[in-house]
Amino acid sequence: MTLAMPTPKKDVLARRAAIAKALRAIVPGEGVVVNPEALRAFESDGLTAYRQAPMLVVLPETVEQVSQILRYCHENGIRVVPRGSGTSLSGGALPLADGVLLVMSKFNKVLEIDFDNRVAVVQPGVTNLGVTNAVSHRGFYYAPDPSSQIACSIGGNVAENSGGVHCLKYGLTANNVLGIEIVLITGEVVRLGGKHLDAEGYDLLGLMTGSEGLLAVVTEVTVRILRSPETARAVLVGFPSSEDAGRCVADIIGAGIIPGGMEMMDRPAVNAAEDFVHAGYPRDAEALLIVELDGPQREVSHLLAQVEQIARANNAQSLRVSNSEAERLAFWAGRKAAFPAVGRISPDYYCMDGTIPRKELPLVLRRIRALSKRYGLHVANVFHAGDGNLHPLILYDANKPDELQKAEAFGADILRLCVEVGGVLTGEHGVGVEKRDLMPEMFNEIDLAQQERVKCAFDPKHLLNPGKMFPALHRCAELGRVHVHKGEVRFPDLPRF
Amino acid sequence: MTTLRPADAGGVLEAVRWAVAEELPIEVFGHGSKRGVGRPVQTQYGIDLSALNGVTLYEPEELVLSARAGTPVADIEALLDRNRQMFAFEPMDFGPLYGAPRGRGTLGGLLASNASGPRRIKAGAARDHVLGINAVSGRGETFKSGGRVVKNVTGYDLSKGLAGSWGTLAVVTDATFKVLPKPESVATLVVAGLDDLTAVTALCKAMGTSLDISGAAHLPEAVAGEVPDISFASAGRAATLLRLEGFAPSVDFRAQKLAAAIGRLGEVAVIEGEAAVAAWRDVRDAAMFGATTHPIWRVSVAPSAGPTVVAALKESHTIRYFHDWSGGLVWIEVADPSPHGLAREIRTAVASVGGGHATLMRGSPALRAAVPPFEPQPGPLAALSQRLKEQFDPRGILNPGRMVASG
Repeated sequence: MTLAMPTPKKDVLARRAAIAKALRAIVPGEGVVVNPEALRAFESDGLTAYRQAPMLVVLPETVEQVSQILRYCHENGIRVVPRGSGTSLSGGALPLADGVLLVMSKFNKVLEIDFDNRVAVVQPGVTNLGVTNAVSHRGFYYAPDPSSQIACSIGGNVAENSGGVHCLKYGLTANNVLGIEIVLITGEVVRLGGKHLDAEGYDLLGLMTGSEGLLAVVTEVTVRILRSPETARAVLVGFPSSEDAGRCVADIIGAGIIPGGMEMMDRPAVNAAEDFVHAGYPRDAEALLIVELDGPQREVSHLLAQVEQIARANNAQSLRVSNSEAERLAFWAGRKAAFPAVGRISPDYYCMDGTIPRKELPLVLRRIRALSKRYGLHVANVFHAGDGNLHPLILYDANKPDELQKAEAFGADILRLCVEVGGVLTGEHGVGVEKRDLMPEMFNEIDLAQQERVKCAFDPKHLLNPGKMFPALHRCAELGRVHVHKGEVRFPDLPRF
Repeated sequence: MTTLRPADAGGVLEAVRWAVAEELPIEVFGHGSKRGVGRPVQTQYGIDLSALNGVTLYEPEELVLSARAGTPVADIEALLDRNRQMFAFEPMDFGPLYGAPRGRGTLGGLLASNASGPRRIKAGAARDHVLGINAVSGRGETFKSGGRVVKNVTGYDLSKGLAGSWGTLAVVTDATFKVLPKPESVATLVVAGLDDLTAVTALCKAMGTSLDISGAAHLPEAVAGEVPDISFASAGRAATLLRLEGFAPSVDFRAQKLAAAIGRLGEVAVIEGEAAVAAWRDVRDAAMFGATTHPIWRVSVAPSAGPTVVAALKESHTIRYFHDWSGGLVWIEVADPSPHGLAREIRTAVASVGGGHATLMRGSPALRAAVPPFEPQPGPLAALSQRLKEQFDPRGILNPGRMVASG
């Protein structure tokens, strides 16, 4: 697919050497990368279908350096793309040819752990799992757990509002971050929230979370840490149909149970995972459900009995309860390896990320199967069943002519389907460049304009990560005009009291 | 004031467009139960949203509910209750604070004030549960954000941006929220006679266990007596409360463990059933201060810093106070005849413990005009907030001056 990115600014490219020199004055030593060979390492993120080497890379180590870099770029009209660990699946950190790639990986320190107040203050380059590792000696952990947690950074998690398999019960990044320090494109440093609850004034913290690097650069994050549950056990249930599995999920929630995790896989995904990790999954199940219950032992055993009963009432054809930690992890091994497992059976795969109202799952799966036939491409589905987040994995071969384009068209049809049934384009991977041009499927021009105006409040010159999220960026002056409906409103006829 | 009462979202759009065209600022309200919060808004016209009434979607098994902005929260909570569900963020009812009965307040007001309650420490506030909105901006345009599903990162989360904006950015016409199962069983453990520091230290320690505590409050002697439902347990002394919720066998099990852990501090009483519900309702609504008319501040700091803030004030000033949120939420009633309601002293104390904020939740119009009811922000943050306001409401039509004097 051809992807229109903002036209590179010729005057900026012409000044490349001078820009590198100016940035070296801010970040001395090895902190500025200009060598084309070295730049190639940064040319894509987790969405590898798109590649673009940046004009140059800068790796600051202090907040002051970030501030000076941004101020310099702002004053000189230079575009900036922030990057954490580069694991985005939507191209959020795809570089721009005329852009400075601001790599935050040197911000990798845990600054403070405060067990009394149950928070950790970390730099944005600390990995998601790194936060848990820093507090696990006291039995604490950080709840959001995206699949990429060994690599993805907390700063990236804030940018994408990352989820994970436990977010139905424990929330997304937005619900687990109490404060951030950000640097605006002008170089101004602003703190939002902290160790206390509810930032005062407008919820800029809420707006920043999930803003995909278009508003400001995060330089510090205060996260909630939780004491690990006393125990966790999982149930593995095979069903003859996705309808049965879907009803089982609805009945579990209807019984007032919010499991720690609730994941579903369809038959192709089950078999790919089983071939790969031999988790003992039932290969004949049309739908496999993993339900994890966590909490005090007494509670977990009480709820396990209920879930078992509900599953059997919904035609479960196989059911296993984990009896040891090793067995629980084995149940998860297949699900956690689902993406690489699919990667083994196909030269390439394309991972989609729509969310749907849960009850629509059987319909959506039927229609995905029909699309699969039409496009002649296989698909395997994994589903965060608790929250309706569906990951269809479209199998294709990039070496065959047109197959990537076909996979992308298939993916776009799936996302349109998600919106049609009341869902959304992306549950956790972000819009980035990947779903940018599909935004009008979900939002009209006014909706998008109001979102763009938020960007105007932060970055009126469109220098931070342009080309992501919005199909087109309009000039802020143009967006600022108020359309006055004088004389055309019927309002004076409204009843007054 | 001339009040306009549109019947539906289309009417709201017309009303705002008219106000934009005539450059006439308007005050936005539902039942008006929270009009005492913020700087007094003095406009010639008002928009009353209470006719936008009704739940438009409720699917218990999908854990989702949508309603028009003017729908009474009490009606929604009654509907949820019939399905053994709830708003997990336990939104406060502003009635008792103003000496009024409970039961007023709309869904729009709940979102505009980013309401929450004691369960905030475990489950978040309104901002954490809102999934989507439809609204009319101060530009006179209808826009939507979010959706009806829990997991959604499509575009900026404008629903969160409107939470706690007190009607100064846009007029929300309907909103969709995540709802959750109501706990089958509730138990509250009460320890009597603890001083503030000992109590808050114990609360923080308890919050750091795996016992999944959903309420952690400390009521000093002068306030505990105002909560009739715990009087038998506190008997005229301070009362420290810890709440456990969930399935009955789990609550029983955790209550035993918690009692054993905090038992060394003093005798532990357990209150259950309606008495426990009523006690937490009073904590949620700061109902203990309902009988007076003194200024009331709601202060949020790091939990362990709560007692330090109080200690800095109570030496030289006459205040009553209590702690919620494991110590971090401090409700302060200022009985001093201070003309500024101790605004400066309270905010200095908050700043000295590393940050947080103080909001004037009740005060005379004169006081609310004289001191900033919302925590003043440092320059760059205040400027950013002002730019955001201008992007939603460039002509300053909606609730002008309510949050800050300039906007």
